[in-house]
Amino acid sequence: MSRLIRMDNTGHSTLAEWTAGDEAAYTAAVETFRRQLDDGYIGVVSDGPGHATQVRELPVDAATVILRRPIAGG
Amino acid sequence: MEAAGFPQTAEEHPAAALPELAAVPWRRRASEASLRTRGRLWTLTTAAHVVPFIAVAIVLMLIQPLSAPVALASLAHAWIIPELYAVRGANTVRPKRRAVPVGESVAQGFLGDLLGHDERELQRRTGLALERARLGVWLVGEAGAVLVTPGGRRVHCFCVTAADKELPPSDRIAHLLLALRTDESGFATVANHAFSGAPWRLRRRMDPRGRPALAAARAAATAPQ
Repeated sequence: MSRLIRMDNTGHSTLAEWTAGDEAAYTAAVETFRRQLDDGYIGVVSDGPGHATQVRELPVDAATVILRRPIAGG
Repeated sequence: MEAAGFPQTAEEHPAAALPELAAVPWRRRASEASLRTRGRLWTLTTAAHVVPFIAVAIVLMLIQPLSAPVALASLAHAWIIPELYAVRGANTVRPKRRAVPVGESVAQGFLGDLLGHDERELQRRTGLALERARLGVWLVGEAGAVLVTPGGRRVHCFCVTAADKELPPSDRIAHLLLALRTDESGFATVANHAFSGAPWRLRRRMDPRGRPALAAARAAATAPQ
């Protein structure tokens, strides 16, 4: 089961879940993912300790895709 | 090609570049060389602040010992100015005093999932997440980060924060950690450089809770990879 989660003021929210064989769930997750990108979120896949990759398309096989806000110098 | 287990840099693989770099197009990308130069400039600046005040104090005492109060004031300036810079550096990783938000326990669990066992324990004790990377060993706080350069003899402090002010503290750390892992050099470019100097100067001005994290980062920076 893959998950699309967003880091927000609740800690994090699960926005979508899908499996590789469930086309409808994946399509819905892609729609949600694109809406979040349009709202300014950035998609990231954590690839284990020390590694993360920014994603612009929702990977079907990633276990977890994280949506984060942009960062800026304080 | 990966080096020492670290991911490709954005220079090697442009698609990995941090999107936030678009907000600071005038900045040159941070690199090992640029940080070394920046560190030397900080040392020169500190010397330029300290040496004249010490020289004035010595000359005053040689000319007229009765001017001792003025000489002492001059020495005080020589001490205070570098300390103020160190305070500025320490403030980047100082925990923010406020009520714990509702989502913090969930965010803490999420951050814990991003960290290894030792780093998770250290973060819970000190509030700072330790991350080994190409430029050195990072300590990531909720509104800034400290880089301990390889060898552990210099620190660079950066002010950097997630844009969303409503996030729980652990989510703020997770935001910075994910950005750092995505593109370390881009992260150091986007962040505002606040201080560079010897680790002991930073340690004295850090929140006591965070000092063990600096010791751990120095140990990691001096350990062979």
